[in-house]
Amino acid sequence: MSVRVQSEDFDVGLELERLGRGRTGIGAVVSFVGLVRDMAGDQPLRALTLEHYPGMTERELAAVEAEARRRWPLEEAVIVHRTGRLLPGDRIVLVAVASAHRAAAFAACEFLIDWLKTRAPFWKLEETPAGAHWVEAKDGDEDAAARWAAVTPTFADGTTGPD
Amino acid sequence: MKLLYFAWLRTKLGLAEEEIVPPEEVCDVASLMVWMRGRGPAFAAALGNLALIRVAVNQTYARPHHPVAAGDEIALFPPVTGG
Repeated sequence: MSVRVQSEDFDVGLELERLGRGRTGIGAVVSFVGLVRDMAGDQPLRALTLEHYPGMTERELAAVEAEARRRWPLEEAVIVHRTGRLLPGDRIVLVAVASAHRAAAFAACEFLIDWLKTRAPFWKLEETPAGAHWVEAKDGDEDAAARWAAVTPTFADGTTGPD
Repeated sequence: MKLLYFAWLRTKLGLAEEEIVPPEEVCDVASLMVWMRGRGPAFAAALGNLALIRVAVNQTYARPHHPVAAGDEIALFPPVTGG
């Protein structure tokens, strides 16, 4: 398991290769990559700056990952989140999980990004021609995170059917 | 007690962090917020709507009745927007 917060870009292929290296029990790897969109509402986006709370960010990411491991039988998981000034098209975040079967990997990956978005202390500042403004948290993100509260670890025994 | 501010709280207050020594009656997050609002118009405005503020004590999310004490690191920030 690993969580990283960094200003540098990451190589998705390399991260996925590392995730499964030397582990032949893995049958499925699911990943999510978040990108900087070129629009902020109806305004073209010039840049997106990510601020974070060093220390707490890493703790929260580790806690979210530990919770995913408690709920699903994961072989490995990685979260990489960038900070600093990013441009449209840039990668922001990678969440990738490896499991014996795909159902656990899909569910855990979605859970990780949903919880990360509502718990990890990052904030986005959008730069548009109209000026710079802090992005407001969306109710939809809270709803997406909240629906996992009722999810029991259906796949805890690892028997999720054929992959 | 060390206070940290992030995102629009930091830019509104023009302050990223500060050391404070609150009076004795400040014993939890709620009483800290009340005292903070009385520190001046900028604090009163920034902390006017606590529904927009999240608080962490020693890097863990804290509710209004979470105790605070000398030596704590207390962060104030808006709801998070990463990912």
